[in-house]
Amino acid sequence: MTAMQPSLQPNLQPGPTTRQPVIEARGLIKTFGSVVGLDAADFDLYPGEVLAVIGDNGAGKSTLIKCLSGATIPDAGEILVEGQPVAFRRPQDARAAGIETVYQSLAVVPALDIASNMFLGREIRRHGPLGSVFRMLDHGQMRAIARQQLLALGIGTLQEITQAVETLSGGQRQAVAVARAAAFGSKVIILDEPTASLGVRETGQVLKLIRDLRDRGLPVVLISHNMPNVFEVADRIHIQRLGRRVAVVTPTSHSPSEAVAIMTGAMEGAAGLAASA
Amino acid sequence: MRILEAADMSQVQTTTVDAAERFLQRRTPLQRLHSILHRYPALSPAVVLVLAALVFGAINTRFFAPANLSLVAQQVAVVGGLAVGQTLIILTAGIDLSVGAIMVFTSIVMAGSAANFGVPGPAALVIGLVFGTLAGGLNGLLVTRLRLPPFIVTLGTLNIFTALTLLVSNGASIQGRNIPDVLLWTGQAIAIGPFRLTTGVVLMLAMYVIATYVLRNTAWGRHIYAVGDDREAARLAGIAVNRILLSAYLVAGLVFAITAWILIGRVGAASPNAATDANLDSITAVVIGGTSLFGGRGIIIGSLLGALIVGVIRNGLALAGVDVLWQTLVVGVLVIVAVATDQWIRRVRA
Repeated sequence: MTAMQPSLQPNLQPGPTTRQPVIEARGLIKTFGSVVGLDAADFDLYPGEVLAVIGDNGAGKSTLIKCLSGATIPDAGEILVEGQPVAFRRPQDARAAGIETVYQSLAVVPALDIASNMFLGREIRRHGPLGSVFRMLDHGQMRAIARQQLLALGIGTLQEITQAVETLSGGQRQAVAVARAAAFGSKVIILDEPTASLGVRETGQVLKLIRDLRDRGLPVVLISHNMPNVFEVADRIHIQRLGRRVAVVTPTSHSPSEAVAIMTGAMEGAAGLAASA
Repeated sequence: MRILEAADMSQVQTTTVDAAERFLQRRTPLQRLHSILHRYPALSPAVVLVLAALVFGAINTRFFAPANLSLVAQQVAVVGGLAVGQTLIILTAGIDLSVGAIMVFTSIVMAGSAANFGVPGPAALVIGLVFGTLAGGLNGLLVTRLRLPPFIVTLGTLNIFTALTLLVSNGASIQGRNIPDVLLWTGQAIAIGPFRLTTGVVLMLAMYVIATYVLRNTAWGRHIYAVGDDREAARLAGIAVNRILLSAYLVAGLVFAITAWILIGRVGAASPNAATDANLDSITAVVIGGTSLFGGRGIIIGSLLGALIVGVIRNGLALAGVDVLWQTLVVGVLVIVAVATDQWIRRVRA
């Protein structure tokens, strides 16, 4: 208990303290006018783990994730990727650093087809002068890769890769967004509420996918309200409250109800951390 | 016991899901039509154009005379050219009310710099193209930097460029004899079989070919659609939204300037009072062509079909001896039908 630092360094597993985080954030602050989104929030993601981020509405989960994915620029604080400070100004910057995000809104363009959506913003051009001079896209190759990627994720139910995304069901759209992230994410994949709009069967597929990604060595950040899902798949659980990280627990150290208690402030975060230490 | 219950539950759920899926997958003829139109946005204007041509051909056999069809093509050249740029802007979920004003302003700059300042023809053409592009760029800067709605921005620049045109020209036309041949080249006749087209018509068609290629086969083209359909999704997918918007307005400006060249050839002079209806006519062509005013949906060739539909209807009604005012009324009805169809097509079954 006496060793407890206010900085809340995660020291829950033997590994983390000796390993370098893939992403870490220190003292992130983000305000929207008078509304405080992040109040000196910290964050650590270690190699090969599934880290769940939970928190009540307005706890700053989404803002935190948007800072890590370049969609929002924090007012203060620093973000390090593999120990190197980074300053993401745009989503492209984070993507270039190997961080792929599946937003809750999915960020798919309804009128475009599946393949176009998967390659949106990083299209493949034809070889030779057709590509370099006439900037011609290689639709065939992009469709082939998109089809492969969806099959690899066990989502073979899509009829046509040239179908507009708006003709797909919610779960299928989710699958397209996740497949895009899995295809391009080289360091980290962030999933914001990936099961919110899914049925039981599709939720099971996404959870399996998360484990598959981890087994491939990609750390995954999972933002979710769904406690059973979180406790099923996460290695560690980052609890966000009032714009800060108040605790990091594991599914073995805490029960779901304890995690909810920390999340809502019924139980002190520091106590939660200490108990797990 | 609990496990058994759970198994039963999932059994029940699976069957209802399958039944629901089967229910959702049923297709009435109307739904089939809907999904075909959704997939091929240029289909309905193509059908309308063919029907209109057949009807007018039946009413008056002179309609299908090569000379008459050539006339329609020449009449459509200017609005068809503007519609290329207008489609680009509308695909980004914008609208451009200043297309006609930019075109006329550019035509005065082109012809005026040659006639009044002795600039050689080719240089005058280049100056005009640069002016038009910059005029489009001004719209783009106001839309992206000041984040003003395109409707308001282009309403403003419509007035600005109209006023500038009159100030620069003193309200007087520049006669054809004072205009260098390069600028009148677009009025030159080209005989293709029995048809007499002009280089201006061919130039307009060439713009459609290039625009079709660019929108379909380049990343920039796909990004135009993405930005127009869902701007936030496009941004999160890593598209530099403002850069795409600004470039769309710049390219549209260049298109309007090329159309100014076509206009000079068509009229045989540069007049500050030419093509006063061009603004709304270009929007009419785009809308009848099946491009959605909400952005992100449509196909450029549809706008050519839309311009042709308007041209064919005006020409056909004139041949049938119908009063000019009725032509305008019919075009108005068509616009409303086209927008209503678009609303219906956009309602997709997920």
